[in-house]
Amino acid sequence: MEAFELLLYGFGVLLTWKTLALMMLGLVLGIFVGVLPGLGGPNGVAILLPLTFTMDPTSAIVMLSCIYWGALFGGAITSILFNIPGEAWSVATTFDGYPMAQQGKAAEALTAAFTSSFIGSLVAVLLITFLAPGIASFALRFGPPEFFSVYLLTFCSFVGLGREDKHKTLISMSLGLLLAGVGMDTVSGQLRMTFGWSELFRGINFLVAVIGLFGISEILLTMEERLALRGHAAAISLRVVLRVWMEMPRYWLTLVRSSIIGCWLGITPGGAIAASFMGYNLAKRFAKDKESFGKGRIEGVFAPETAAHASGTSALLPMLALGIPGSGTAAILLGGLMVWGLNPGPLLFVEHKNFVWGLIASMYLGNVVGLVLVLSTVPIFASVLRVPFAAIAPMIVVSCAIGAFAIQNAMFDVWLMLLFGVVGYVFKKIGIPLAPFTLALVLGNRAEDSFRLSMIGSGGDLRVFWSNSLVGSITTLALILLFWPLISAGWSRLRGKTT
Amino acid sequence: MAQLQDEPAADSPPVAHTRSIDIAVSVVLLALAGLLAFDNWRTGMGWDETGPKAGYFPFYLSLILAGASIYGIVKELRARRQLTEAFVRRDALMRVMQVLAPTIVFVLLLQWLGLYVASFLLIAGFMIFVGHIAAWKSVLTALIFSVVMFVTFEIAFDVIMPKGPLEALLGY
Repeated sequence: MEAFELLLYGFGVLLTWKTLALMMLGLVLGIFVGVLPGLGGPNGVAILLPLTFTMDPTSAIVMLSCIYWGALFGGAITSILFNIPGEAWSVATTFDGYPMAQQGKAAEALTAAFTSSFIGSLVAVLLITFLAPGIASFALRFGPPEFFSVYLLTFCSFVGLGREDKHKTLISMSLGLLLAGVGMDTVSGQLRMTFGWSELFRGINFLVAVIGLFGISEILLTMEERLALRGHAAAISLRVVLRVWMEMPRYWLTLVRSSIIGCWLGITPGGAIAASFMGYNLAKRFAKDKESFGKGRIEGVFAPETAAHASGTSALLPMLALGIPGSGTAAILLGGLMVWGLNPGPLLFVEHKNFVWGLIASMYLGNVVGLVLVLSTVPIFASVLRVPFAAIAPMIVVSCAIGAFAIQNAMFDVWLMLLFGVVGYVFKKIGIPLAPFTLALVLGNRAEDSFRLSMIGSGGDLRVFWSNSLVGSITTLALILLFWPLISAGWSRLRGKTT
Repeated sequence: MAQLQDEPAADSPPVAHTRSIDIAVSVVLLALAGLLAFDNWRTGMGWDETGPKAGYFPFYLSLILAGASIYGIVKELRARRQLTEAFVRRDALMRVMQVLAPTIVFVLLLQWLGLYVASFLLIAGFMIFVGHIAAWKSVLTALIFSVVMFVTFEIAFDVIMPKGPLEALLGY
């Protein structure tokens, strides 16, 4: 019950008027960016990050994570009312959510979506509360080789398990790792890849890249696709909410199944999208009347939303406990932690108890408050979508510029952001995934440091990565994942020959 | 939103094909990988008594990037995929430029006029000329947004932004 006491302590950290006010502000801003076309979780967090630079870390992270919860809730509004998924993982929500809205059951669909997101996140937060401290204290015994093998596992699982072309994932990842290395080398203090250009001495800031890649490029894409918004009106009455809640226990199996899938896929990197589809497909497979899916069935909203949010939230578990983000947004939050001088990883639980437990407590509170807020304010936020895009687009551009400049007070960063915006636009159109790039850019230096420290420790002997059973099995697993496409292709060829 | 969807133009001619852009990007990345590999080789990509030198890790990453790019180029060149898939059509490119060009001008202006005046100009201009929204609505929206940003960042949160002659005149 130590976790429980620490959690209470976390609530104590949280319960000041200032923090609570920032929480509400974060939620409202988050729902707002979640509803806006072309924005969403990671983009919203990246753009609003500069707001938090002058706050103390606890208030800042509380506000940021509330922006994130808000954006997740907001994404469901656009998926259901406008058939526009704000995020890739809301795609599965549109399958049944939008048909429900067309049938005049928008309020039911929204209530179902919000409530199941709440349940998914809650399960994941419980998991974080009880597992993260244990994992962190276990990881305290990690040395550089162990850390490097975990980083390797993260990178390799992207290559092996991602749906994109393998060479494109590899391009995205190696480019991210290279750009992370620009500037001063942290081990030797030597400058590298700067070509004598003083602006590059600082290195390429992760957040600047993220604002460009996610913010500016999304605006370009949204302009190109010329989104036509025709939405359904919705106001949620208490009666509808209660009715949906009464119905919910009938779908407990779907909820449990989706939560488990979500948590599992969230901890492994890049899982939220897969989780939402898997949750949906499993619900469909186990249903008695499969044909009713896709035509406005409430279970078709419960299943993907629960899974997506369980996975989006549990992605924070490896970030907090190991310093390895499980999703794009977690990577951005991690970048934020570094701005405030906090070093994510196992030591965080020892050195910054206030911060960690304040954050975990804010996940509970933010979720509950977010649910109430979003249920009661849907009409207001849905009307945001009627604001012309021609007004919103330049405002987002301005916010991005503010964000990019504020990080290091450098004009160069604003130009860099613009460049990354164009790069992100082109990459998205030719199918080079951005998530591995983001992850590589934020983890690059730590991965390199742990590799070099391992090498210094072992005198250059690569066998250090198999020196004990723990590091050996992680490294081996990483290599298996890396070559998984080849292994599975070879396996099926072998089987094809024998039969 | 309605302002942006005038006429459907599915027959607009493609400006570039996805395959050509795919190859072009791979070539650029290959060149970048070559440049970075050279620079890291110069920095020192070997080992010394303290372990790998500063260029070691990035040097091998450049090789991976180069390898993956070459694979991409070869794969695209050998693919018998037809050249019909458009990367971007002319009308779509025009719309992208409608937001990209003003953004570049905005970043240029922001160095001389300061962030808040430049944002006012960007928002008002974009709403009037791209969105075809009534001038008074556009100017009012831009003014409110810029003032709110100024109050939020400059006064409430102490985040210092580039400022120009107007702010100087007002004593900030």
